[in-house]
Amino acid sequence: MTVLNTQIASTELPASGLAIINSKAPFSSTHGKDALDVALIFGAFEQKVSLFFQGDGVYQLCANQDGRLVSIKDYLKTFSAFEFYDIEDIYVCQQSLANRQLAEDFHIDDVQVLSSIDFGTALNRHQHVLRF
Amino acid sequence: MAIALTFQDKIIPTDKQGYLLDHLLWQRELAFIMAKNDEFELTEAHWEVINFVREFYLTYNTSPAIRALTKAMKAEFGAEKASSRYLYKLFPEGPAKQATKYAGLPKPARCI
Repeated sequence: MTVLNTQIASTELPASGLAIINSKAPFSSTHGKDALDVALIFGAFEQKVSLFFQGDGVYQLCANQDGRLVSIKDYLKTFSAFEFYDIEDIYVCQQSLANRQLAEDFHIDDVQVLSSIDFGTALNRHQHVLRF
Repeated sequence: MAIALTFQDKIIPTDKQGYLLDHLLWQRELAFIMAKNDEFELTEAHWEVINFVREFYLTYNTSPAIRALTKAMKAEFGAEKASSRYLYKLFPEGPAKQATKYAGLPKPARCI
């Protein structure tokens, strides 16, 4: 019964905003930086944007990385400025962390760890999805 | 138009709009020279913003867009100085754009 109610509630919620999925490790390609740029542009224009991290994308949330060591600007530092862009909904896939034996320990606050099912549900609440 | 900045007998490389190519070469005195070239006067109120923007960049590795700038300034200086109206009065050509220039930072890519 409880499950049923949840399902009804989630289907009744109108989808809104943009979801950005990060699925690549930082610094090995420009995907992460590109995703960040899009997120900040949406934030700067007061558009609702949520960030999702799954697969190798979860490495972007690991602390103590510095792109400068491989001569790339350390864009991960910019994650700490999300509050000024009203980016508050940040989700990471628990299964992706577990598969990589990563702790639920991130370099920014307020990251929500979700099971694969909840991750998918949260994603479905968005009208548009961009995958990087 | 490219402006060659000469400071203490050294040439400081800039892009064609006058933004420093290396923000580590910045010094306070350099801002006065850049402003003079633009026929722009820097007051203490301007410096408050310039220093704030530079600090923001060094902390977050990005120049703030105007909305992020006002939001971040609110905590530091209070609501009165954290309005885009106040900032545009100080920097009529765009606060994020002008303040980052005199702060020796790259021009914000998403500059509004």
